[in-house]
Amino acid sequence: MLRQRLQFIRSISAYFVAALCVLATIPAALAEVRVDVTKGSAQPLPIAITDFLGTGQDEGLGRNIARVIAADLERSGLFKPIDPKAFVSVEKSIDQPPQFNNWRVLKAQALAQGRVTAEGGDRLRVELRLWDVFGEQQMTGQVYTTVRSNWRRISHIIADAIYKRITGEEGYFDTRIVYISESGPDQRKIKRLAIMDQDGENHHFLTDGKDLVLTPRFSPSRQEITYMSYYGNLPRVYIYNIETGRQEVLGDFPGMTFAPRFSPDGNKVIMSMARNGNTDIWTMDLRTRAVTQLTNNSGIDTAPYYSPDGSKIVFESDRGGTQQLYVMDASGELNGAQARRISFGTGRYATPVWSPRGDTIAFTKIGGGFQIGIMGTDGKGERLLADGFLVESPTWAPNGRVLAFYRERLLPRGKTTKLYTIDLTGQNEREILTPSEASDPAWSPLIP
Amino acid sequence: MSFKSLTYVVASLLLLSACSSTPSDSGNAGSTGGNTGGNTSGTQIAPGSDRDFIVNVGDRIFFDTDKFSVRNDQRAQLEKQAAWLKRYPAVMVTVEGHADERGTREYNLALSEKRANSAKDFLVANGIAANRVKTLPLGKERPVALGHDEASWAQNRRAVTVITSGAGS
Repeated sequence: MLRQRLQFIRSISAYFVAALCVLATIPAALAEVRVDVTKGSAQPLPIAITDFLGTGQDEGLGRNIARVIAADLERSGLFKPIDPKAFVSVEKSIDQPPQFNNWRVLKAQALAQGRVTAEGGDRLRVELRLWDVFGEQQMTGQVYTTVRSNWRRISHIIADAIYKRITGEEGYFDTRIVYISESGPDQRKIKRLAIMDQDGENHHFLTDGKDLVLTPRFSPSRQEITYMSYYGNLPRVYIYNIETGRQEVLGDFPGMTFAPRFSPDGNKVIMSMARNGNTDIWTMDLRTRAVTQLTNNSGIDTAPYYSPDGSKIVFESDRGGTQQLYVMDASGELNGAQARRISFGTGRYATPVWSPRGDTIAFTKIGGGFQIGIMGTDGKGERLLADGFLVESPTWAPNGRVLAFYRERLLPRGKTTKLYTIDLTGQNEREILTPSEASDPAWSPLIP
Repeated sequence: MSFKSLTYVVASLLLLSACSSTPSDSGNAGSTGGNTGGNTSGTQIAPGSDRDFIVNVGDRIFFDTDKFSVRNDQRAQLEKQAAWLKRYPAVMVTVEGHADERGTREYNLALSEKRANSAKDFLVANGIAANRVKTLPLGKERPVALGHDEASWAQNRRAVTVITSGAGS
């Protein structure tokens, strides 16, 4: 059995080794600055996900849970859920091992089954069994209890458990995206803060559109968003509390504050302030309210972003003549330390975001068109993942494998602005469906 | 009313003069075409009013791509604005800075702040008290020309002087 198990892990691994090879080799091979259009060899893993068993009203719920899980896994590009219409027969119980033959003939490598049971009051018990079809082993079994209204979230948590068990990486499905919903004419777009699950469900608006709002970001530690608002025609950085709906201006700055992001510990907001024709980078400590200036340069220093350990800051600056990426110590430049330029390709570089894994920086590149790309933290190994008339504003999924961004596409008349995700292979681009036009996405951390 | 019909005449003149086929700023004729001047019915516009400033002076200047210094060919426009503001010392203004769509959102906010500030500095250097001039950076959020070509982008790289109080009506 052990040998079979290893065999299974090897066969599963083969699917991902291919993907990893793409990641490992392309940076060196593609030192040149072009969108990589080579198709990767990563093959999505065939998985069967049966409707979770349930009786009465929970029969439909069990089906919906299976659908959410399948959709999550499919969108990751690493899994290929098998169409349930092809299933030979489906187990009526999850208390015994499945008929592996029925799943082997479908070439399913893994089988996910589950059961929904009503508990007292409004509570649900949701069970998962994940099977290795060829190894004939249970890979994991889990039980969750929750209130009925939380069924989507439980489905995402289960999808994360499957993703982690099979890929070895943390999942990112139990997350949300905050973004700017756009409507109205292009001269005077109405922009609203909006929030949704990463699959576009549970969508709702946080602001009413009276004031122009831009560039939201999640707190890593609290149910808070930092963003920019033109409330009272004073463009400033704000904090929005998701639980209370309270909005609070951050600090008492004499000029426009913008481009806010939280520090990795959630205790600071780093941002730019523009005043008298000069833009520098500042931080505000959210506990003491103390503000600290980090750069003092006549150029535009903006789009600051902390490394995940909080020790460095990557930002964009035109101090050398054009917009480029620089890295400085978190203590800033006013003590005499100088930021180091890391982007040297042709064109301009903007909106750097440090990967949660720490080893990669994603950015917007401008030269001719616009591209979303990634590079090492030393600027080496640039790879471009997505492009368009305008693409901008990459944001990392918490596992550092997927980026969301927004894209403007020209139409015969006007243009359309939508959110997309792309994985690190550059092969798996998906639109995130939103009720209207959408820009400035920011991915939440895994929901605690 | 005759004033209303005059507004429409001015609006269509301005639209004709804009080279883009896309009408911009519909409903706000005054801020459409920029340095059109050319109004022959100035007697209908009260001196010292918003419309006097927009139509007879010109409310905006334009910038080169990714630049924020006042272009030589735009200096006369700002000099006219400064002269008018001297004549009407109760008027307070906000200079709105703008960028075209070919830049990232946050960089464009910073760039438009520099543009608004350049125009403000010019007005101040020409004798307007700094406390009469505020700035409002708007990045690429409020384009007036909606084409996706250089002609439209050139219209959008602008600083617009907007009267906030103190003008006659």
